[in-house]
Amino acid sequence: MSTILEVRNATKHFGGLTAVSDVSFDVPEGSIVGLIGPNGAGKTTTFNLITGNYKADLGTIRFQGKELVGMRTHKIVQLGIARTFQNIRLFQQLTAVENVLAGRHCRTKGGLLGAMLRTPGARREEEAAVERAISELAFVNLGDRSLELAKNLAYGQQRRLEIARALATDPKLVILDEPAGGMNEQETDDLVELIWKIQERGVTVLLIEHDMSLVMRVCEQIVVLEYGERIAAGSPSEVQNDPKVIEAYLGTEEV
Amino acid sequence: MSRKLLVGYLVAAAILAVSPFMMDAYELDVLNSVGLYALLALSLNLILGDAGLFNMGHAAFYAVGAYTAAILNTRFEIPILWALPICGLAAALFAALVARPVIHLRGDYLLIVTIGMGEIVRIALVNDVFGLTGGANGIFGIARPEIFGHRVKTPVDFFVLIWGAVAVTVFLFHRLEQSRFGRALNYLREDPVAAEGSGVNTARYKLVAFALGAGWAGMAGAIYAGKMRTISPESFNFWESVVLFLIVILGGAGSIPGVLLGSFLVVALPEMFRGFATARMLVFGLVMMVMMVVRREGLLPIRTVRFRTKDVKRAEAAPKDVKGAEVAR
Repeated sequence: MSTILEVRNATKHFGGLTAVSDVSFDVPEGSIVGLIGPNGAGKTTTFNLITGNYKADLGTIRFQGKELVGMRTHKIVQLGIARTFQNIRLFQQLTAVENVLAGRHCRTKGGLLGAMLRTPGARREEEAAVERAISELAFVNLGDRSLELAKNLAYGQQRRLEIARALATDPKLVILDEPAGGMNEQETDDLVELIWKIQERGVTVLLIEHDMSLVMRVCEQIVVLEYGERIAAGSPSEVQNDPKVIEAYLGTEEV
Repeated sequence: MSRKLLVGYLVAAAILAVSPFMMDAYELDVLNSVGLYALLALSLNLILGDAGLFNMGHAAFYAVGAYTAAILNTRFEIPILWALPICGLAAALFAALVARPVIHLRGDYLLIVTIGMGEIVRIALVNDVFGLTGGANGIFGIARPEIFGHRVKTPVDFFVLIWGAVAVTVFLFHRLEQSRFGRALNYLREDPVAAEGSGVNTARYKLVAFALGAGWAGMAGAIYAGKMRTISPESFNFWESVVLFLIVILGGAGSIPGVLLGSFLVVALPEMFRGFATARMLVFGLVMMVMMVVRREGLLPIRTVRFRTKDVKRAEAAPKDVKGAEVAR
C-alpha cells in the first residue's frame, strides 16, 4: 500500500508552548488511521497543520508527494484533503443542502457572468452540484433533511452533515476530528458503519477520537500523541499493550 | 424565488408603474431618490448583507463612479450612459485596490478602516486631486443622459431610468444569490473558517464581493451625476455611508426585498413627514432604536435559499448514489 500522507518532524510552537513536537507518521492509502492521546496532546493542532489552518514551524507534510506546508487551506482541499471540526462548524443558518453544496464549490467553476445570465453551462453545473449534494446527504443518512436548517438538526445529525460536506469535495483523504464526540451508543455504531462506507468509496480516513471502543474497532493503525510528541504507533493491539500508552492513559503504578 | 415574493414584486412594480401619473414633480423626485438609494443599498447589501463585511465607507465608491462620469463627460464629452460601464469598472478597481490590504480584517476593525477610507476619498475630492475634481465646488455642467436620442430630463424620464436600473439590479442580484457565487458569499458570512475548510477561497471572494458591490455603486454614481448635473464632495460624506448601512441593516441584511423596503422607509418617510419639521428626525431616530431592540433581523428578513428548489426536487425524485448511478427506491 502506498503512502498518501507523510508527516515528518512536524513541529508547532505557540509562544513558549510546543503544541506539536517532532511528530512523524504515515497514512497508507485506503486505510483508516486513528490519532489518539490525552487532552492537550496536540492532536487537533496536528490536524490543523495538515489542513493548513496553522503553518508548521518545522518539518514537512506531504500529500501524494506534494508539500503542504505553507499552502492555503482551500488549495489543500482542492488537492483532496477534506476535514470536519471538533466543535462542529456548520453554516448554522443555512439549509443542509446548502451546507453540502459548500463542499462542491471547489469542484465547480461557475462565475459571476454565468450566474447573472444563467447560461446553459452554469445551469447544468448547478443541477449536477445539487444532485451530488442530495446524494451525499443520502449517503450520511440525512436524505430526508435536505431543506432543514443546519441549526435545527440533532447533534449527531450535525456531525454527519459535516461529514457529507467534507465528502462533497471529492476528497482522497478525509480528516475527522472527534466524529463521535457527544454521540450516544447507537449513533456511534452508525458512525462506525459510515466510516467503513467511506473507506469502501476508496477514501482514506484519518481520525481523532476519544471513544476507544470506536478507535479500536475501526482503525487499522493508531498513532498516539502525548505532550505534543509521538509516543507510540502501530496496530490497535500493539498500541493497547504498549507500556508508554498505558502510562499516558492510566498513569504509572506505585511500587 | 418563492411565489409570495414574486407577487410582492409584481404589486410593487404595478404601484410604481402608475405613480408617475398620480404624483407631482416633487413627489416623483423623492421617489427617484429612493430608487438611487435602493441601487446603492442593494450594492452594499452584497458586501454587508451577503458576505458580512462591515463596510461603512460605501459612499466612496459611489463618489468614484460619479466623479468618473462627471470627468469623462465634461472633459471628454462621453455621454453619461456610455460612461456607465467605465464608472463601474473604475469604482470596482478602486475598491479592489484599497480593500486588498485590509480585507482580512474582521467586523469592527474593517468598519473603522472603511470609515477612514470614505473620509480620505471625500477629503481628496475637496483638495482637487490631480486637478480633476474641481475641489469643494465639485464639477458642474454635466450633460443629461440620452437614451436612443431621447434626452432624459424630466422627473418622469429619470423615474423610468432609475427604476429601470433598480429592476435590472433586483433581477440580476436574485440570480446571483442563487448561484455558486452567492452561496460562497453566504458561507463567508456564516463561518469563514469553515468556508475555507470546505474549499472556498475566502480571501478572493471577499475581494470580489467588495469590487462587485463597489462597481455597482459606481454605476449608480454615474446615474446620480447625470441626474444632478452638478456633483460636489459633500454629496458623498460620511452620513451617506451611514444611511446606506442603515438601510441594509434596518431592511434586513441579505434580503433584497428588505433592502428595497428599507430604502423606501429611510429615504421617503422623512420626506413625507416634512410637516413635522424637527420632530421627524427625532421619531426617525427613535424608530431605529426600537427596531434594533425588538427586531434585529430587520423589517423584511426574507431569506431566499441559495439554490433552486426545482433542482433539489428533481434530484430527490431520482436519487443517485454518490458515484452518480441511479438508485432504486
